[in-house]
Amino acid sequence: MATTTTPALRTARPRLTRQQRHDLRNGLLFASPAIIGFLVFIAYPILASIYYSFTSYSILQPGHWVGLDNYRELLTDDPVFYTTLENTVYMAVVTIPLSIVLAMGLAMLLNLKVSGQSFYRTIFYLPTIVPFVASSLLWLWIFNPQYGLLNTLLWYVGIQGPGWLGDPAWSKPALVIMQLWGVGGWMIIYLAGLQDVPKELYEAAELDGARWWHKTVHLTIPFMSPYILYSLILMLIGIFQYFTQPQVMTQGGPVDSTRVYALYLYDMAFRFFRMGYASAMAWLLFLLVVVLTILIFKTSARRVYYAGQ
Amino acid sequence: MAQISNAQSASADRLASRRSADNRKIIETIASHAALVVLSLVFLVPFLWLVSTSLKPDTQILVFPPVWIPQPATIQHYIVGLNYIPFLTYLKNTLIYCGLSVLGCVISSSLVAYSLARIRWMGRGLLFAVIIATLMVPAQVTLIPLFLVFKNLGWIGSLKPLIVPYFFLQPFSIFLLRQFFMTIPIELSEAARIDGANEFQIYRMVVMPLATPVLATVGLFTFLNTWNDYLGPLIYLNDPSLYTLSLGLAQFQGEHSVLWGPLMAVSTVMIVPVLIAFFFTQRTFVQGITLTGIKG
Repeated sequence: MATTTTPALRTARPRLTRQQRHDLRNGLLFASPAIIGFLVFIAYPILASIYYSFTSYSILQPGHWVGLDNYRELLTDDPVFYTTLENTVYMAVVTIPLSIVLAMGLAMLLNLKVSGQSFYRTIFYLPTIVPFVASSLLWLWIFNPQYGLLNTLLWYVGIQGPGWLGDPAWSKPALVIMQLWGVGGWMIIYLAGLQDVPKELYEAAELDGARWWHKTVHLTIPFMSPYILYSLILMLIGIFQYFTQPQVMTQGGPVDSTRVYALYLYDMAFRFFRMGYASAMAWLLFLLVVVLTILIFKTSARRVYYAGQ
Repeated sequence: MAQISNAQSASADRLASRRSADNRKIIETIASHAALVVLSLVFLVPFLWLVSTSLKPDTQILVFPPVWIPQPATIQHYIVGLNYIPFLTYLKNTLIYCGLSVLGCVISSSLVAYSLARIRWMGRGLLFAVIIATLMVPAQVTLIPLFLVFKNLGWIGSLKPLIVPYFFLQPFSIFLLRQFFMTIPIELSEAARIDGANEFQIYRMVVMPLATPVLATVGLFTFLNTWNDYLGPLIYLNDPSLYTLSLGLAQFQGEHSVLWGPLMAVSTVMIVPVLIAFFFTQRTFVQGITLTGIKG
């Protein structure tokens, strides 16, 4: 507003008008829950967590400064740590690509404008709203080697099913299958993306005689690449925090085959009360996620197509 | 002559190609329906297995090959399961957790979103960026210091550590509400301001009433998150009289791992309210997910 007649020269800093001061006060006031929340529930814990990671803090006794000992022990003297890291990397490497392919496949099927689209959409989405504890118990029963649903179905087609969660070789694949059952949320996000792809392009491609496969590779996937990138990063963040299902179903067994990173971290902190050690684990996790996210962004920059740019 | 026959064959070709295109469309439709039906069955079978097990008499659960349809169907597992655990206590605790969290989230997120979307103040862009960035922070990083803070406050063993954070910073809800608030014409606020309304009155009387559907979405997602939460109750609740359904059910499994009938019955009871809530609010759900990219 240019109503002020006072020369702005008097102060070096541009002064706020009455309206601006008023807005600033209101803005801060309305945003105060987020500001306080950020300071108390995010900023302080992050800083405290760095500090704890350099101490031997446990609930039972006040810790003392141990420098890099926790990190040294983790990286050089804790074989279980590497096992859990491997398990988590396995879950990420297997689950994420399969989830993306399955969710995209379902979304593309639904996008064919067949009748009953919303009915099918509902069915594919249903598993994602089932509480994790309930679905964990259900799948524990489905994976029961003797009487479970999965081995029964395999038996019908003449296959002797494995021991699933009781067998170290099959426990992670079992968890992957269970994760795939829950891709419905991503399917809906992809479906929204697919509906934004300009129809004229498909029509033009069809006139040129393009087959389904060509349209998918040259139109759908480039247009969907921002969605795929977004889901990739969120899935990555999610899988590193994967906890409830293995905790309820296997408690990390058999022979540590499902002891994922977050499960080990929880055990360290709340069963063995090694809070300092667990904080160091949390920080390595955070760094790993940040580095991987940056890597994904950098390597995908040329491959992701943003419409309108 | 040659020209005419050429033209004729060209038109015949076109006709044939159109017919084959039509045929292809029909085949495509049938194939996609077939694929959708099969996939739907795959996604639904676990639910059928759940309900079927929960209704089977004991003698039909651990048998091979399995009985698919309980004969006769019985609700004995529901009675056993719901009596084995203090179900009503767990339900009450869960509802307190869910209800207060929804309330806190709707109030705090709408206030913050209002500030970010409807008030011009320097720093709001920065604050928004910071709020979105917090989504990157794994819960495990803040878990231990927060636990120690709540411990020093003497809140361990109460629902407070679970509920109180919902009254402060909920990034997804803030994001969703902010996007919606930005679409409300600024003239509405200005008209109210000319009539002498202050900022809070504009928020309360103009913006909030228009946002009811989005507030419902935010409330629903919060309800689901808290109804499903397991890690929070596991860490903060040590007194069985305060257990939520998630925690209670998991403990029950830990102690009675072979009681599949009652386990499936209680799981069904835990899933049903969510399914009902979902069926009544499907549109809201789908819009919410599409808008924010949150998946449940």
